[in-house]
Amino acid sequence: MISRRSFLQQSSLAVAGSLLVPAFLKSLEAQALAPDDKILVIIQLSGGNDGLNTVIPFADDLYYKARPGLAVEPAKVLRLNDHQGLHPAMEQLQSLYKDGLMTVFNSVGYPNPDRSHFRSMDIWQTASNADEYKTTGWLGRYLDASCTRQCQPHEAIEVDDTLSLALKGELVKGIALQDPKKLYANVHSPIFEKVAQAKPTEAAHENVAYLYKTIAETSSSADYIYEKSKIQASKAAYPASQLAKRLKTVASLINSGVASRVYYVSMSGFDTHVRQEAQQSRLLKEYADGVAAFVRDLQQQKRMDQVMILTFSEFGRRVGQNASNGTDHGTANNLLVINGKLRKPGFFNAAPNLADLDDGDLKFQLDFRNLYATLLRKWLQADPGTVLGRNFDLVDFV
Amino acid sequence: MTAEARKIQHLYHRAGFGPEIANFADQKKPLADHRRRLFADSQAKPERLSVVSENDLRAAAVLKMAALGDEEDKKEMVKDIVRRGRELNLLWLDQMAGTKAVLREKMTLFWHGHFACRVLNAFFVQNQNNTLRSLALGKFGDLLMAVSKDAAMLNFLNNKQNKKNSPNENFAREVMELFTLGRGHYTERDVKEAARAFTGWNFDQEGQFVFRRFQHDAGEKTFRGKTGNFTGEDVLQMILNDRQTARFITRKIYRYFVNEQVDEALVEELSKSFYESEYDIGQLLATVFAADWFYDPKNMGCQIKAPVTYLTGLRRQFGATLTDKEPLLFAQKLLGQVVFYPPNVAGWPGGKSWIDSSTIVTRTLLPSVLFRDADLPMEAKDDGDVNTEFLARSNFKLMKASANWAGFVTAFGGKPETETAAALAHFLLQCDLSSTNARLVLQNADRTSNEALIRSLAINIASLPEYQLC
Repeated sequence: MISRRSFLQQSSLAVAGSLLVPAFLKSLEAQALAPDDKILVIIQLSGGNDGLNTVIPFADDLYYKARPGLAVEPAKVLRLNDHQGLHPAMEQLQSLYKDGLMTVFNSVGYPNPDRSHFRSMDIWQTASNADEYKTTGWLGRYLDASCTRQCQPHEAIEVDDTLSLALKGELVKGIALQDPKKLYANVHSPIFEKVAQAKPTEAAHENVAYLYKTIAETSSSADYIYEKSKIQASKAAYPASQLAKRLKTVASLINSGVASRVYYVSMSGFDTHVRQEAQQSRLLKEYADGVAAFVRDLQQQKRMDQVMILTFSEFGRRVGQNASNGTDHGTANNLLVINGKLRKPGFFNAAPNLADLDDGDLKFQLDFRNLYATLLRKWLQADPGTVLGRNFDLVDFV
Repeated sequence: MTAEARKIQHLYHRAGFGPEIANFADQKKPLADHRRRLFADSQAKPERLSVVSENDLRAAAVLKMAALGDEEDKKEMVKDIVRRGRELNLLWLDQMAGTKAVLREKMTLFWHGHFACRVLNAFFVQNQNNTLRSLALGKFGDLLMAVSKDAAMLNFLNNKQNKKNSPNENFAREVMELFTLGRGHYTERDVKEAARAFTGWNFDQEGQFVFRRFQHDAGEKTFRGKTGNFTGEDVLQMILNDRQTARFITRKIYRYFVNEQVDEALVEELSKSFYESEYDIGQLLATVFAADWFYDPKNMGCQIKAPVTYLTGLRRQFGATLTDKEPLLFAQKLLGQVVFYPPNVAGWPGGKSWIDSSTIVTRTLLPSVLFRDADLPMEAKDDGDVNTEFLARSNFKLMKASANWAGFVTAFGGKPETETAAALAHFLLQCDLSSTNARLVLQNADRTSNEALIRSLAINIASLPEYQLC
């Protein structure tokens, strides 16, 4: 634990730093990423994306039998191999696949799956067991574990106005920003500037020190990110969607050399109980077009070997469609990984077995924490046991 | 401000949602009088929340039709339930802000976090909340039994699926892990055997508890070293007989009402009398609020306000009237605590977890937004669930309130500027102000009128880090 005294020292230092931006930036510059430091970008699809209509098992009759009103006919599927292919809205993703930039993991999940959105998302974000409640996120604990020196919130950035549990550690929490300019404007509003100059009394309680520290770090991280992001703002063309806009912000921060190895972005609307096709195809197109623009942008900057993009959703949906041409909450799902130097581009494992279901749901073949452990060890050079609380076998894809 | 006045405010912060102007004026009365009044005000018949009337069997019809009805009906019904859930949330927030029975309401909020539950059916949610309120200050055993037979909880923890031939352990596990004994004080065998005892505990469409005899496993069970044909009631009683339950609940109450840094010896002592009193919650709280150590400086001004306590405190301290209530949903979402939507059955973790870079910016700017028509462009995250996306709609632009500035002028006006600022700080904060902050508060204050001055000073003080604590 950090003592109250060192909290106070750090916070007053950081306040002083934010008043002297150039010197302060210089000191943070010392923590800049090395040119070959790896970066992880997580894209969260909220609501439970229907994986079976995203990566479609078009060679499986059982798929067509289970979804008479919802299955995508074989001729329309964008084929990736002889068994599975992408939803027709994802042409752009198919081109990334053809370039050898993508690995598809089938049937990813966890034991005793929970079908509630918030609980299952909690499990994915905290990397807990289904019957355990953790109050910190896996990327927050990565920050806790990797920060031997004083860590700054901007070492894990979520492009949003609120911070997800995934990025909250015990000692360090990441920072959320919709765009660097907006956060900068907020911390430079008259009232926040005033508060940033405030000081606690000598005898202040530890929680007071924590509040001052958070304010000081928010100010300094906001300044740092804003100043830094101007260095190389992305000039590439992106589609107009919210996801694309957020990914463009991520690209600008990466290209400008912001000292963050973790980025988090989410996209919502996947809870397709009713008339799924119209809604999901719009979302999948938004996703594929946005991600492709992001990847092409990073390729231009020769960054694709350095950046790993992982896309997940809190659960997949049931194999059989419902009576409203939609699908209800299910369990295991596919997960996509995109990077320039994958060891196993293509499909990591076999298509889900639709003949062997658990009460109408896919059985999971791979625990998502095996993937987290692999990324922690091989991509972020952290100890997975420390971050995840126990050991998971590594998976050979990085 | 006298030491006594700060203690009185401490009592209102912890036993309620913070002092009001009226309490400030009453500061000359002894602490014991305030304490007696707090308890007396919470003795009245509890005010029930109601968005679905007791006689309204719609809820039952809703469920029936949801099972049978066509698509359009179903959609309409889900919409209706969501709308009522939203009304219920705002109704409760209003009750917290307006009720005289603040201790009962604060305790209801405590139990809502303890027996954390999240279901869609607004009728069930409403019933559970009213149960928590009516038993909030009674015997913990009665509360535990009522919650264990409550439709919302049985639904949330899957006890509907807990049947003789296919037991579901969810309810049995959480009852012990989170509601009574705590992790490490029961075995996996205990969970399995308790689950058998709870088989057949079910509810009907009107939310009434139903014991389904043919789904109940009446066989012999070995629970916590004892063997017998235990029922669910037996199991709960055996859990209550264990002093560890008294310890677990006392510790949690201590962390919530006194200090997150636990004085273990004190908790042990309190838990003994709690146990001896047959788990009398009101008596435990009376002991805590009357103890000298409760008013020890290390226990005052040290707790980070939960978002709902923060929002309710703002409304009470400022005598605020909101022009539109809906933004309160959005504010709860942005700040990380929406009542009736706890993150999981373990409730909100609290403490430092309330504060991150986003929530501290929001809290710092919120008083200006509320009382000075300032603008805060923030968006809440849509969590993807069609039933909660309404929380993310709306924005702070609609969040406007008028405060009781006239009352503030009466209480704090007519003094030199620095004294007014100091008096306001004493009223709004439980921590001392550093000399730097005393100066900052006065900087660029609006001096166009007495009221303008008081308003700008109050907003400046409520934006300070110290305001996040009580």
